[in-house]
Amino acid sequence: MFLGHAITIQQLFGQLLIGLINGSFYALLSLGLAVIFGMLNIVNFAHGALYMMGAFCAYFLLHEFGLNYWWALIVAPLMVGAFGALLERTLLARLRGLDPLYGLLLTFGLALVVQGLFQNFFGASGLPYAIPPQLSGARNLGFMFLPNYRAWVIGFSASICFATWFAIEKTRLGAYLRAATENPTIARAFGLNVPRMITLTYGFGVALAALAGVLAAPINQVRPGMGADIIAVVFAVVVIGGMGSILGSIITGFALGVVEGLTKVFYPEASNTVVFVIMAVVLLIRPAGLFGKVA
Amino acid sequence: MATAEKAPPTLAVAGLNAWYGESHILHGVDFEVRPGEVVTLLGRNGAGKTTTLKAIMGIVGKRTGSVAFAGRETIGLSSDRVARLGVAICPEERAIFASLSVRENLMLPPRVAAGGLALERIFTLFPNLAERLASGGGKLSGGEQQMLAIARILRTGARFLMLDEPTEGLAPVIVRQIGATIAELKREGFTILLVEQNFNFARTVSDRYYVMEHGHIAIGFANADLDANDMEQLHVRLGV
Amino acid sequence: MSVPSTVAPVAAPSRETRQFAVAFVVLLAAVAAAPFVAYPFFVMEALCFALFACAFNLLIGYVGLLSFGHAMFLGSASYVCAHAAKVWGLDPALAILAGVACSTVLGVVVGALSIRSQGIYFAMITVAFAQMVYFLCVEAPFTHGEDGIQGVPQGRAFGLLDLSQPALLYVFVAAIFLFGFLTVYRAVNSPFGEILKAIRENEPRAISLGYRVQRYKLAAFALSAALAGLAGATKAIVVQNASLTDVAFPMSGEVVLMTLLGGMGTLYGPVVGAIVVVSMQNYLAQYGQWVTVIQGAVFVACVLAFRRGIVGEIANALKWTSL
Repeated sequence: MFLGHAITIQQLFGQLLIGLINGSFYALLSLGLAVIFGMLNIVNFAHGALYMMGAFCAYFLLHEFGLNYWWALIVAPLMVGAFGALLERTLLARLRGLDPLYGLLLTFGLALVVQGLFQNFFGASGLPYAIPPQLSGARNLGFMFLPNYRAWVIGFSASICFATWFAIEKTRLGAYLRAATENPTIARAFGLNVPRMITLTYGFGVALAALAGVLAAPINQVRPGMGADIIAVVFAVVVIGGMGSILGSIITGFALGVVEGLTKVFYPEASNTVVFVIMAVVLLIRPAGLFGKVA
Repeated sequence: MATAEKAPPTLAVAGLNAWYGESHILHGVDFEVRPGEVVTLLGRNGAGKTTTLKAIMGIVGKRTGSVAFAGRETIGLSSDRVARLGVAICPEERAIFASLSVRENLMLPPRVAAGGLALERIFTLFPNLAERLASGGGKLSGGEQQMLAIARILRTGARFLMLDEPTEGLAPVIVRQIGATIAELKREGFTILLVEQNFNFARTVSDRYYVMEHGHIAIGFANADLDANDMEQLHVRLGV
Repeated sequence: MSVPSTVAPVAAPSRETRQFAVAFVVLLAAVAAAPFVAYPFFVMEALCFALFACAFNLLIGYVGLLSFGHAMFLGSASYVCAHAAKVWGLDPALAILAGVACSTVLGVVVGALSIRSQGIYFAMITVAFAQMVYFLCVEAPFTHGEDGIQGVPQGRAFGLLDLSQPALLYVFVAAIFLFGFLTVYRAVNSPFGEILKAIRENEPRAISLGYRVQRYKLAAFALSAALAGLAGATKAIVVQNASLTDVAFPMSGEVVLMTLLGGMGTLYGPVVGAIVVVSMQNYLAQYGQWVTVIQGAVFVACVLAFRRGIVGEIANALKWTSL
């Protein structure tokens, strides 16, 4: 076993694992942001708050309705996604045609309202959510212990990301989405109901955020502030990857999670800021982002 | 004695005004297109021909007046609903989606009615497209893009087609191909509204013409009526 | 497209100058009367935030760039000024200058990296940089983390003005605010301001006319950062401390709210907005987290139905253009 100055293989892989976990959330969240940005041309500042709502939804489904984690994985994204679609229909749709900065401001205001309400009713401290029994325990891989739940989070997130990418790039529905994103006027002139597609796309992006929230609930506590804590890093991830690239957001999300984890091993003081430093460097050499198409 | 009901014109435009933002472009356009006809809108740049097609489709800013498709008023409808009535547009800029492959571009417009052309038929009309199906939409040449733009609206079952300057900037051999396609479509019973600057091309396919000036129709005439005097007038109005 | 032109000297004051003079006199009267009507300490804090909002508004209202991390300039200057006054024992005027220098340098660095990106992208980048500055402030030893820097001495400004006397402190703060306000006015109504306007309306055109657009945007960004730093440093002297609140994200959100509510792109809007928001916070402080909810609701309402803001609506009703 390698023993550097107080860094063990165990620690290294342990942090790598945490890095991949965080990377999973970064990937899911930046994917949702990218999908929403592509169609609606707005930055969904409420994304963090909706992630938080997903986690709370899972908590309530369990404690009020006795629906376990597996139900929550399906029901919470549907419920929060529907809420998102409603927000788009009633509020965001009124801003179509205006400067996209107003969309940013509106979603920011919504984030404040949602977070404030949850903070009022639940306080700042966290609510516990248990790891589902089917995923508890860990495997001993020799060089590290791999908790089953964490392996599940990484694998499931990667699958969802891949499935989303596939749906957008390779299917008929995805072709509709890409066409409506590229030229909504002509797409509509062919008979596609573009306004409805916009609403559903926003709902889908929100559902992805809520799904990330459900996945996060057993790991982080269910807290009103959990969205606000993560949103700045997710923004940085999106800027680094480049808006407009689905694959870019996914890869960048996972990669930066890993980088953050490794930084925590070798240079812990910088782990909070390493993603932002990388963003600064990327902005210097490639302002459009690593995979970006639009500056 | 029973009188046969005269079928309503495929398209009847009356008093159509249209604006792009603050600019008032169309000042009371009146014309009609009867079933099975090929009608061409002629006129100089800026006369309002493209705006007219867009106003019929419902993709300009503001419009007032009457646009009746097969007897049904469409002035208040959004463009997707107009499309679903059986109207299809092939825009001047062709609007091929670069983020879609050629095949995806071709298959994108949904079927709005029965009677669309089958894929084999489309590939017979446009053999080049069959070879380029996997390419990205943005990688096609001008001629290929034009053919794709026409091909994709033939699948949908729309029987009223609006083609905006389909021959612009294309080589003569492709122009002839497009002319042949339009003639073929006419034989199959499509109704076509054409916008063209190239009068000589339009002559080969059109039944009737309207000349637009400053956002309204100046004169209209049929192919059969053309004589030396009309040709003189045309040359003047079109500035050719 | 409008090309910036040199304005020929006019004999009689134009309507715009008259309007501005009237509004400015009102502002002066309000600033003079305020400490007799409301708690002076509260007014001074409000003036600092008003300056902060004016600095923010310079970017969004006149350059079209929405900075969602402006707290980094307010807070960093606040910390540097507090440290300079308390630990280095500097004259408060010098300490404030030190704070401004810090925020200006930060502005140039952040601006240089962010300016090339447009609108939405730019906003996200400022969020990220502000978060970075926040973390740096949490970890830097001289900021004392959660405790902040307490007991900042008020001292004697320029060696003369004893700032521990409320009346003198008020005059000092009011003078700084008016200076900052007039700086914004001057920047906006100048050839520099005209070029910024041209850039906002049609950037490609401005570039094709030969203007070094990025330099102008960076200059505006640096000026905005400097004035925000001025507000932060002054606030450190007034409240005699510097804390993480000044550099945390909610502060960035609040200045946006102040400007939106008051009227983006108007000169007096940020001032009015700041006063309203600060008053609202004071009044609602007893309700804890409801303040956040109400602020969010005001945001949403403004974006949907009140985009011109208070001063914007007044200007629209009166048909005045120079508010």
